[in-house]
Amino acid sequence: MSDFEPKVVAFVCNWCTYAGADLTGTSRIKYASNVKIIRFPCTGRIDFMLLLKAFANGADGIIVSGCHPNDCHYTSGNFHAKRRWIMFKELMDFMGIDMNRITFSWVSAAEGARWADVVNSTVTRIRELGPYVSYKELVNKSVEEEVKND
Amino acid sequence: METTRKLIRKQSLEKLYAHLSGSRKIYAPVTAANKQVDYKYNPPYAEVASDHIRSTLSVKNIVFPKVENLFLFTNNRTESTITDIELFKIPEVVLWGAHPCDTAAFDVLRSIFCWDTKDEFFSQRVEKLTVIGFACHKSDDYCFCTSTGLSPDSSKGSDILLSRLQNGDYVADIITEKGNAILDSCPGLFEAAPDEKPVITEVKVKFSHEQVTAKLANAFEHPFWIENSLRCIGCGACAYVCPTCACFDIQDETKGKNGKRYRSWDSCGFGLFTLHTSGHNPRQVQSQRWRQRIMHKFSYMPDRNESLGCVGCGRCSSGCPVDMNISEQLEALQNI
Amino acid sequence: MTNLINRAKELLENGTVKVVIGYEAGPTGLARPAFITDPAKAGKLIYDDRCVQNLAVYLTKAEVKNLGKMAIVSTLPVMRSIMMLISEHQVMGDNIVVLGISTEKELLDIADIGVMKGYIEKCDLRNPEKDRETLAMLNALTPAERFAWWQKEMEKCIKCYACRQACPMCYCIRCTVEVNQPQWIPVQANPHGSTEWHILRAMHLAGRCISCGECGRACPVGIPCHLLTMQLADQVNNYFHVHAGTSDNMTSVLSTYEPNDKESFII
Repeated sequence: MSDFEPKVVAFVCNWCTYAGADLTGTSRIKYASNVKIIRFPCTGRIDFMLLLKAFANGADGIIVSGCHPNDCHYTSGNFHAKRRWIMFKELMDFMGIDMNRITFSWVSAAEGARWADVVNSTVTRIRELGPYVSYKELVNKSVEEEVKND
Repeated sequence: METTRKLIRKQSLEKLYAHLSGSRKIYAPVTAANKQVDYKYNPPYAEVASDHIRSTLSVKNIVFPKVENLFLFTNNRTESTITDIELFKIPEVVLWGAHPCDTAAFDVLRSIFCWDTKDEFFSQRVEKLTVIGFACHKSDDYCFCTSTGLSPDSSKGSDILLSRLQNGDYVADIITEKGNAILDSCPGLFEAAPDEKPVITEVKVKFSHEQVTAKLANAFEHPFWIENSLRCIGCGACAYVCPTCACFDIQDETKGKNGKRYRSWDSCGFGLFTLHTSGHNPRQVQSQRWRQRIMHKFSYMPDRNESLGCVGCGRCSSGCPVDMNISEQLEALQNI
Repeated sequence: MTNLINRAKELLENGTVKVVIGYEAGPTGLARPAFITDPAKAGKLIYDDRCVQNLAVYLTKAEVKNLGKMAIVSTLPVMRSIMMLISEHQVMGDNIVVLGISTEKELLDIADIGVMKGYIEKCDLRNPEKDRETLAMLNALTPAERFAWWQKEMEKCIKCYACRQACPMCYCIRCTVEVNQPQWIPVQANPHGSTEWHILRAMHLAGRCISCGECGRACPVGIPCHLLTMQLADQVNNYFHVHAGTSDNMTSVLSTYEPNDKESFII
């Protein structure tokens, strides 16, 4: 377990968090390299199925981040996203899927240091939780052992 | 081969189960907490159901799994490799406790899967399968095997058919060489058969399937289809619980460079089943799909496969969320 | 029941409607949906404890719509479904006659959508009692236990989509599960494909599910998938104080917002 390096996928909006992450870099702030950033036009574009896809393809943790409320480039994309995440979180909780593996945050274009914090704290938490074994098992589980043929 | 009849006592039946499970996998019915009966692999004998009328799903999963890989592939930029499925790895399985409708369904499936090119996956699974059928001592209103040319004690598809006697012992009809091999492997469990008749339920004949087939030949445009399928909601439940429905969908699924091609159950009841890429759909509405379901089983299959596409198990009707009762409809169809 | 039959007969005779969607008794004793177009056959209509299906699912089916203007026997869940369908512009309120049935199985006099709204507002809009108990039981488990519980159910799924087809709110001509570019949900009915399918279905019904439980009832293998949408219906009410299907002008919970929506998990 000690050599476990978490794979974290970050879904971020173009206008705030992506620019914020850019600032982290240009400010030469170091942060965990476990994160793979995927840029979206807006948090409103981040379909919940994308998060499931990330887990299915081996992510151990996820970060979803965008503009602070009232700062959305498209006025209300992040408000819509917020409602979606509330429902998604409740559903995932109800199905027993570990919500400690997903960080939802608002990071603006001026918060380079905060982005480093969000990533670092997420990576630390995922490191403690270990690899997301139960979802990986679910993905690899075929139909009944007796009829499977792969 | 000639059928031989033996007696197997209640206690010996458990020993037979233990004996068989020593050398192969056993697929047997188990009653779940919600009273449904489902087939499971290798359940302990104490849990095996013997008093049920029908399991929720048919046993076709054993020869035609709901998902089955056809081959695996790797796609590099310059070359692709295909890995065949190692069919010899398919395990020897004993199907225990299937009723005559379910066992007869294997022949129907064979007439589809092997009518032209032999489907190797299906054939291999059938070859590795030994069937211990149980004649029915119970039935209900949904049962109509006698209308499809079968009976509650039909030995079609069974290697050994067990029928219950009044006292709980069973008579065992050894039907095939596979059945004989089991008899030979544990002769001590079988005794000479008594002259007693087993308890067999009575299933009323509801329609003549020959007459239905004859009527269907000219019924394609009949208003019957719309009138009787308005309540059909177009789910695939009937096809998926059916022991003889064999439609499947083929899909590729990739992950990075690796992928697999598999087939999974499909249903003619779905709107997208016949949708063309052009956007045209030859079966646009549910009545056409319902007609296809009945036509395929009772007209096209007798025509082309020389086999009726239905064994009268009644699952499609008991599992239907809107009570589309197939035997009722067939009864009506023979008189249109 | 005689009231219902008389009313149906009258509506068909005076040409107000072309078809009455209700229940009749099938040969095995189960009640099933019936489509009465001939006033002489109105006597077949029944309403009793066996009549459980949500008939609103037929309001959007092509062949039923082809019959002409409809009257529909409506218990509370059906009325709430109609409200949602009107709100989502799938059904025109003026085009249907609601034959309301009270919880005491009496015919209600529902003259128009406004009256129906008044009736719905007076009703208990919570999830049915036995489902509330199961939900409470599940919510008391640890996440790991809930995961195991649901995985056991998901293994049974055969992807026949009876849950989707039985749902009045699942009227999409092309469901996301059938979109394959990209392939959102694995087609196969393995635990992973089934789990993602049920997540997708529940999410798409968030704020739209009217807690009729039809999806779970329709499931041929007995997966209580209605609990997923019912849990979300509870949460929608908890966070946004809305019960689905209470007016003919519902705004969609997931495509609207309030700036002060409360949550506690976004950092």
